[in-house]
Amino acid sequence: MNPLLSVENLRIAFPSRQGPVEVVRGVSFSLGRERLGIVGESGSGKSQTGRAILGLTPVTGTATADRLEFDGIDLRNASASQWRKLRGARMSMVMQDPKFSLNPVMTIGKQLMEAVKLHGGKSEARDKSLAMLEAVQIRDPERVMAAYPHELSGGMGQRAMIAMMLVTEPDLLIADEPTSALDVTVQIEVLRILDRLVTERGMGLIFISHDLRLVSTFCDRVLVMYAGKVVEELDARRMNEASHPYTRGLLNCLPTITGDIRPLPVLVRDDAWLK
Amino acid sequence: MALIDIENLEVTFDGGDRQVRALKGVSLTVEEEDSFGIVGESGSGKSTVLRALCGLAPVTAGRISIDGKPVPAPRDQAFYRRVQMVFQDPYASLHPRHTIDRVLSEPLAIHGFDHAEKRVEQALEDVGLGSGFRFRYPHQLSGGQRQRVAIARALILEPKIILLDEPTSALDASIQAEVLNLLDRLRADRGLTYVLVSHDLAVVSHMCDRLVVMQSGEVVEELTREALQAHKTSEDYTRNLLTASAGFTRDTARRR
Repeated sequence: MNPLLSVENLRIAFPSRQGPVEVVRGVSFSLGRERLGIVGESGSGKSQTGRAILGLTPVTGTATADRLEFDGIDLRNASASQWRKLRGARMSMVMQDPKFSLNPVMTIGKQLMEAVKLHGGKSEARDKSLAMLEAVQIRDPERVMAAYPHELSGGMGQRAMIAMMLVTEPDLLIADEPTSALDVTVQIEVLRILDRLVTERGMGLIFISHDLRLVSTFCDRVLVMYAGKVVEELDARRMNEASHPYTRGLLNCLPTITGDIRPLPVLVRDDAWLK
Repeated sequence: MALIDIENLEVTFDGGDRQVRALKGVSLTVEEEDSFGIVGESGSGKSTVLRALCGLAPVTAGRISIDGKPVPAPRDQAFYRRVQMVFQDPYASLHPRHTIDRVLSEPLAIHGFDHAEKRVEQALEDVGLGSGFRFRYPHQLSGGQRQRVAIARALILEPKIILLDEPTSALDASIQAEVLNLLDRLRADRGLTYVLVSHDLAVVSHMCDRLVVMQSGEVVEELTREALQAHKTSEDYTRNLLTASAGFTRDTARRR
């Protein structure tokens, strides 16, 4: 079977006074209907990789690839109308912070129904939205439909965001740090929702995060990025067999509840990783 | 006698027609040279405890004493010589138009310290930045470097008590390790007392000898590090936190 998404040699560059700076330098991977984690620190290019797949590279940047295919559609030269058909309907993205990604002057219900209406289904928009809010475990969907984003807690807002992205039943969901702004207990609940959607609907999920430990417990496969490159690809269950010193360093420098190593081992960066 | 003694502390935010009771009678004691942790989810009031200690939240009832003496309200200069705070977000807690030199000299000027120049250089040295950073602006520093500046600013007055409000939650894992090591070293070198607030049980367990778990404005449970490590907890809430910190498991998904 063809993979849902294949990316080959993706490069993203931004202009600077010293000439173009490449923030993503030749990333290749393919995704089936599975959970793929992309892990790295700030500035490693993980978010830009996610955005480039949706054609959301900022206008100042340029993204090039030898191949960027979603379900047989070449995304590199997709026209505006092709993008409109794909984005939202077949692939969508959950952003990090619900506070900044929801429209503050529109009720949740209005924003949700807008998404449904845009992709067909005007009459059942309301029912669909309510059902979706229930699906993300919001206990009182009627109240949330009428609420403005500031009236919801972070966890509720993030669930509403996920509902909005999933109401069109996309084939591919890119989640960019969807749980980083949430408490640990809420975080697990949100992951559970995503997990169910992957298993039940056969959705492909790209989970972008800086939290290696969390990703290793949640995803099937993990790409570790450093300075715009994938330094290691791992089976999530075999995290302890990671061989790249960067991955090992990242795993070791986390404090644990039971461990009592002090000082904590610090990640020592090697210029050779940049090559 | 305990260094910090908080008894039945209540904080109520008055929003006109709606009053929010952020703290509903919190009591805790922190011994000298101890490292004390407060954990809980957002909205549990853990940061409000620190802010109330510093005089940044409206205390409506209860007592706070340090060294057996009740703290004055408003807090006086002598209080801030002893107690300093490091805030969560290093991107928001440094003035964007002040150089590091100015950020660090200001507390010295306010408190009338001598040899300001030498102290600024020493403070930067202590947090591992070096004097090369002295005339830079915050936007020229990374998140970890900024948090080091915030720690230097707290330490420059040679306080005995440092209040740390999620000092590493805005930082990458590798940088977090560096900052935690720095805090550990400074405490050992100078005999500081820490009160550390975090939502991350692993960080608290690494840094603190004793901790309290808070939920909706109340202390649910008090634990030692050993009890936490052995999962010896009597409260369901703490147990939930512990399970959640272990990461995602398919089993918990099935159980629901």
